Amino acid sequence: MKKIYVNEDWCLGCHLCEYYCAAVNSGERSMVKAFGRSKKPVPRIQVEEGAGVNFAVQCRHCDVPYCVKGCITGALSEKDGVISVDESRCVGCFTCVLSCPYGCIVTDGDAHVIKKCDLCLSRGGDPACVAGCPNMAIVLEERQ
Amino acid sequence: MRDIKHYVIIGNSAAAVGAVEGIRKLDKDGHIVIISDEPYHTYSRPLISYWLGGKVTDEHVLYREPDFYEKNNVTFLPDRTVTKIAAGEITLSEAGKAEQFNLPFDKLLIATGSRPFVPPTDGLDSVTRRYTFMKWDSAKAIKAEIEGGARKFLIVGAGLIGLKAAEALIDSGTPDLSVTVVDMANKVMSSVLDDSASDFVKSHIENNGVVFKLGTVAERFEPNKAYLKNGETVDFDVLIMAVGVRPNTELAKDAGIAVGRGIKTDQFQQTNHKNIYAAGDCTESYDISSGSEKVLAILPLAYMQGEAAGINMAGGTFPYKDALPMNAIGFFGLHIISAGDSLAADTASRDDIFVHHELDDDENVIGYKKLIFRDGLLIGYILAGDVSRAGIYTSLIRDRVHVGKLDFNLLKSSPQLMMFGREYRDEKLGGIMP
Repeated sequence: MKKIYVNEDWCLGCHLCEYYCAAVNSGERSMVKAFGRSKKPVPRIQVEEGAGVNFAVQCRHCDVPYCVKGCITGALSEKDGVISVDESRCVGCFTCVLSCPYGCIVTDGDAHVIKKCDLCLSRGGDPACVAGCPNMAIVLEERQ
Repeated sequence: MRDIKHYVIIGNSAAAVGAVEGIRKLDKDGHIVIISDEPYHTYSRPLISYWLGGKVTDEHVLYREPDFYEKNNVTFLPDRTVTKIAAGEITLSEAGKAEQFNLPFDKLLIATGSRPFVPPTDGLDSVTRRYTFMKWDSAKAIKAEIEGGARKFLIVGAGLIGLKAAEALIDSGTPDLSVTVVDMANKVMSSVLDDSASDFVKSHIENNGVVFKLGTVAERFEPNKAYLKNGETVDFDVLIMAVGVRPNTELAKDAGIAVGRGIKTDQFQQTNHKNIYAAGDCTESYDISSGSEKVLAILPLAYMQGEAAGINMAGGTFPYKDALPMNAIGFFGLHIISAGDSLAADTASRDDIFVHHELDDDENVIGYKKLIFRDGLLIGYILAGDVSRAGIYTSLIRDRVHVGKLDFNLLKSSPQLMMFGREYRDEKLGGIMP
């Protein structure tokens, strides 16, 4: 199955992936409109910055998905290797935040629901972070 | 022709659902029967407080989709009580009927859960409007009380269940409703929170309208009044008992299955009786963070133990060895996450503790963090306020990662993958290797 991978040697730490991710998942057509709201949209990808090292990280779609197994409502599920959330069933208890070893379940402020990467499948694939990365540090590919 | 296996599951909550999903990973044809003493489709017990608080609908209390049983080819027998477990068969009866039936099994899962513990108290029996808070029916009865005009609520127990009930009552938005919570401990959530975290959480809940009477017990009841040991009295319309839970082990014990504080199992969730497994709140587990056997009555664990049991019942080999206490909970917008032996440092001086209070401009506490280390391992933590990425800390406990392999300053500052070395990240994140 194709997953998103990040080459930290190439990651500039520019955070553009976060903006693209947040914008496409906001439902707005333009970034100006997405970020023009009073409530800023939340990215499902996060860039970590360190001394000379940067990398972005998003859901690893684990083979052993603790988030799915621990979900108290059944909102999180796995299908064909992709883990996604039904936000209408999420109550924001954050048991998945407690469970995710990569810190990749993000919380959405006052909305009391979680957000997570679904490889952009809900909008037809072609992950926005991959498409938008200016240095091709983020790729979508099949690996073992 | 292959033999069709007959699986019987006693219980219909997280462990039972985990077992069905575990069995179906390996065995698509076996016959699965789920027996429940409740009338409902599998639902999420923690969601009853959200339901009472008006945050989720009837449909969303369900733990799985409405077609869960059909899709997994499960025969669901609601409103049945199992009265006896024997080798190869169980005995059950239907609610309200005297007749007993025997049901044979090849593999049995005991997922009987836990029930509220109600300490015998002088006058308690005289309180007719008295409930516990673990089942949907209890939440429904409490809702009916509110609709019938009940306004003064007394909750005995400031643990997770009692406090979620308190929040739900306030969230119901009923005018002039009052909630008082009494607990013998002088803090809230005393089984998982230290004093500082407890103070922080308690003030937040108080600010949302709940009144606490801590460090005292209700010694005596009249139908609408509690007499506390500290001399105070509390008038109430409705009493909710949320002191704690006890595993439902009687059926197992009567069948001669080994029971300690909970039903004993091996790491494959098998009891000392061949072909009989147990999972969830009714069992005891080996807690990897404290190194002791405990009853860990938490939903994620119930699911994972059930899943492991299911796989093993279907002929697989799937040990479950990750048990540790963990809780994610929120009250009125304040989130709290704890995992592992979060109270260890209160009793053991050999532990290294890191504590951080997040303050606002007026020096009010808006966040709390405690990390507890023993012998170079993170063994427990508490986060209140900002809980983001907490699971990275949980993974350090679960995987027993030695802090010597980590950037300790980053570890203390916040949960982040940068604390791991490049090698780990390349391996775990699948980074492009040169």
